[in-house]
Amino acid sequence: MNGYMEENYDVLVVGAGHAGCEAALASARLGLNTILFTVSVDSIALMPCNPNIGGSSKGHLVREVDALGGEMGKNIDKTFIQSKMLNASKGPAVHSLRAQADKKDYSQKMRETLENTDNLTIRQAEVSEILVENGKITGAKTFSGAVYHVKAVILCTGTYLRARCIYGDVSNATGPNGLQAANHLTDCLKSLGIEMYRFKTGTPARVDKRSIDFTKMEVQKGDERVVPFSFSTDPESVQKEQEVCWLTYTNNQTHEIIRENIHRSPLFSGVIEGTGPRYCPSIEDKVMKFADKERHQIFVEPEGLYTNEMYLGGMSSSLPEDIQYRMYRTVPGLENVKIVRNAYAIEYDCINPEQLLPTLEFKKIQGLFSAGQFNGSSGYEEAAAQGIVAGINAAMEILGKEQIIIDRSQGYIGVLIDDLVTKENHEPYRMMTSRAEYRLLLRQDNADLRLTSVGYQVGLVSKEVYDRVERKRKLIEEEVKRLSEVMIGANQKTQIFLEKYGSSELKTGVTLAELIRRPELDYDKVAELDSERKELPCEVIEQVNIQIKYEGYITRQLKQVEQYKKLEGKKLKPDFDYSQVKGMRKEAIQKMNLYQPLSVGQASRISGVSPADISVLLVYLEQQRGNRGGKSER
Amino acid sequence: MFLTDTIAAVSTGMTNSGIGIVRISGSEAFEIADRVFKTKKGNVRIAEMKSHTLHYGYIYEDDKIIDEVLLTVMKAPNTYTTEDTIEINCHGGITVVNKVLETVLKNGARTAQPGEYTKRAFLNGRIDLSQAEAVIDIIHAKNQYALSNSVNQLNGAVSEKIKVIREKIINSIAYIEAALDDPEHISLDGYGKELQFTVDEIKNELKKLLDSFDNGRILCEGIKTVILGKPNAGKSSFLNALIGEERAIVTEIEGTTRDTLEENILINGINLNIIDTAGIRDSEDKVEQIGVERAKKCAEQAELILYVLDSSRNLDENDKKILEIIKEKKAVFLYNKSDLHPVLELEEIRKITDAPVIKISAKHGDGIEEFSHLIKEMFLKKKIGGNDEIFITSARQKNDIFNAYQSIVMVEQSIREEVSEDFYTIDFMNAYESLGRVIGEAVEEDLVNTIFNRFCMGK
Repeated sequence: MNGYMEENYDVLVVGAGHAGCEAALASARLGLNTILFTVSVDSIALMPCNPNIGGSSKGHLVREVDALGGEMGKNIDKTFIQSKMLNASKGPAVHSLRAQADKKDYSQKMRETLENTDNLTIRQAEVSEILVENGKITGAKTFSGAVYHVKAVILCTGTYLRARCIYGDVSNATGPNGLQAANHLTDCLKSLGIEMYRFKTGTPARVDKRSIDFTKMEVQKGDERVVPFSFSTDPESVQKEQEVCWLTYTNNQTHEIIRENIHRSPLFSGVIEGTGPRYCPSIEDKVMKFADKERHQIFVEPEGLYTNEMYLGGMSSSLPEDIQYRMYRTVPGLENVKIVRNAYAIEYDCINPEQLLPTLEFKKIQGLFSAGQFNGSSGYEEAAAQGIVAGINAAMEILGKEQIIIDRSQGYIGVLIDDLVTKENHEPYRMMTSRAEYRLLLRQDNADLRLTSVGYQVGLVSKEVYDRVERKRKLIEEEVKRLSEVMIGANQKTQIFLEKYGSSELKTGVTLAELIRRPELDYDKVAELDSERKELPCEVIEQVNIQIKYEGYITRQLKQVEQYKKLEGKKLKPDFDYSQVKGMRKEAIQKMNLYQPLSVGQASRISGVSPADISVLLVYLEQQRGNRGGKSER
Repeated sequence: MFLTDTIAAVSTGMTNSGIGIVRISGSEAFEIADRVFKTKKGNVRIAEMKSHTLHYGYIYEDDKIIDEVLLTVMKAPNTYTTEDTIEINCHGGITVVNKVLETVLKNGARTAQPGEYTKRAFLNGRIDLSQAEAVIDIIHAKNQYALSNSVNQLNGAVSEKIKVIREKIINSIAYIEAALDDPEHISLDGYGKELQFTVDEIKNELKKLLDSFDNGRILCEGIKTVILGKPNAGKSSFLNALIGEERAIVTEIEGTTRDTLEENILINGINLNIIDTAGIRDSEDKVEQIGVERAKKCAEQAELILYVLDSSRNLDENDKKILEIIKEKKAVFLYNKSDLHPVLELEEIRKITDAPVIKISAKHGDGIEEFSHLIKEMFLKKKIGGNDEIFITSARQKNDIFNAYQSIVMVEQSIREEVSEDFYTIDFMNAYESLGRVIGEAVEEDLVNTIFNRFCMGK
């Protein structure tokens, strides 16, 4: 079986999950001849775990992917069956969109998009080898022996590499849902010197809707007015009848069963070697960790419109089948529940992402990119976000154009990738609002204003969309300026208005902006004082309101960004031997040599590099600059 | 290479003193010392000597003996810089010390920049920034209080305090962030109230540190003091009585002190930087007028005004002018010429001011003791004496702490306005970073260099 078939492509993507789809679409849409490999064409954009897209901070990622010209937002807008803006009572920075998906439909619609994208070929086969010559990608080989000559490979293997599904003492060597695992690529990667990790994650059982007593559960409805994910989706098109979800709780009985049988969990018995996500714990983890908690939430969510399967959110487990039955049946409403698919844990190979540049290209192999769970992340949205960046950058490299790096002040995507490639990561990485230090600037509502221009520059976003966003930006700026200039007198009309809203009286005239800033007032409320107001689109009004109301906080956050950019702007040479920087501690030198950060800023975030080390580095750089200028050392 | 090369400098004052020390630090310190130093027996390599030992011998330039010295060998890492260090104790003439340094430089060392030894100690991780600053203060300490405070700081007292406050801030941030990430298990309901308690605590601690700055600065730099009084009230005599020598010119003629004189006096451990001024009165004399203007200006900037009253004359227009100038100032009224028969009643003065009034006789030196006691009362408020009080002494530190304080005030405002909790972390983070800068745990570009530039040569 030696190369009986050969073909040429520009970019080869391994895996058609959420990362692979975005990567392949970006590459093909940028005009590169792209081939996408999957072990099963029927499983394109499969959602093997939760039936939703978005959620806290993940919703941000989806909107950023959309602003860059990605597909996830558009696809969920087509296929959602319920939608909600989370944290609506909190500040705008933590508002997050989450939609329940019809899983089958989601997968189907994404497949439709892929199949109808120019330059994109879909192929069902297992890629077992990548071909590298002189530190550069030349191609890939399938298990059947076919050879593809390519300029770039993007690895998006998700949870399929040497996958193993486990519950109790049952262990199947398959990927999710019994799909075929990819058992051959790991050895090739190892032989290329790539350092591999083994991670695990898990999923709860799916149960038969007819066996649930919903009268014992709280109903969870979607928002009355649905906000679409994509900035390109017409908001009217997403107003439709929505499905409901349900909320119920575990209880002491549930916890008792788990505690009594914890020794039968493969995690505790040592059958599972992989490291699991702390922030997406199994129910047995939660029970053991929060021992004093009397109950935990369970969200019962439909898997789709045309199925009776329901997802038990919050109850992922790798306990044996009989225990699963027993524990689920202690829950109100689930007393007679019938399981369709068992909960299980899955183990898979992934890489230590320290080996990647922030462009998602391997530092040591030119033309090799990777994205998604293969990089040690978890979640569909995290995968899509990396996928689009890897797709764009593979294309940019082949086209000889500048690759993109989104920094931490530009987007959650930047935070995600910077964290992955800079910080030590020993468990599946999940996006969280707390990871974004400039989150007030990185809101889900302004993702288009932040990133559309990046997508436009690389060529993924059309001129039309770009112009629309720039028009929006201009309208916002003009309105904010106008409101900061219009004075409102302390006359009777004003005082009556203020009294109506329980706002304190004016002593002197103020601008409209100052009134909007008062906690009890906002843009809409002051309308009656604002005689010159033009009619503006609601997405403009939203921005104007936020920018004015939170101006003080935004200004302070912008200052922080300025500070951050200073160190980020101090670039470091690639392949530099930091043992030359005397005074830096040994551990720091090792880390710096290993990571080869691109800037002092990135260096400062490496764990094991202290502020004192950074000071030493700054002094060294200053000295080097002085020397180059011809200043002698003595 | 900048940080590994070996540096040398004269570490004692450049005066003709008993001994002078040339200090060498760096990876080649021992080799360089080997080249210039020989013991009587010769041929013992310094690298083979025990650490922290003293050796008698000679410094040679080629074959010529330059000086008879004691050489201290200190091996890394237990040295000031954490590098190999040699100290050559030479005879103390400027010429000899310079000659020894020159020889050391010729043999491979480079002149140390001001503060470079301490900078290395910092860069090598032995001390943090506030400790480095303390070293500067120790060098510049003018009195025992300043010194003991600096020593406290060097031992990390300020760092400790700042670290505790930072810990509180980061814990608050962590709690909010955790709740945002995991609202199911961590609730923010009613957290604002709970947080208010912590915020109050942090605010008070920062306030204390800020207040200590004034004390700290007084400790280090002394109190800007101005002596005022109408002509011939006895200002200069009082100053002389304090100094104990005839520094200012004292005559019977009004308007003798035409310019301002400055004098640093240590009273009860407190430094008074005293400016003696021309007497304030309406004058036709040009030179004297300028002096009067200057006196007014000095008074505006002063932290303490010593108002010398002439009890042998009644209050007049000139006194009124002075009273006007010092209205808002911290002042001490000195009821002078109390040995003579007073025209001006003490009671009369007490009626026009709440400031302390002391009876003195500048001429006989009476009341000086009472005065010095009062100064201590006024400025140290019994705060000093124990070693537990910490004083912020650097304006840089004060500025950062002030910024942190302001950020905390903003958090407080957010809590009061019931802004959503996710906003709090912006200002908390600013406070955390500002405090980090105080102790060098937050990186700021030019900070390091700025600090070490304040050092003198050889430290």
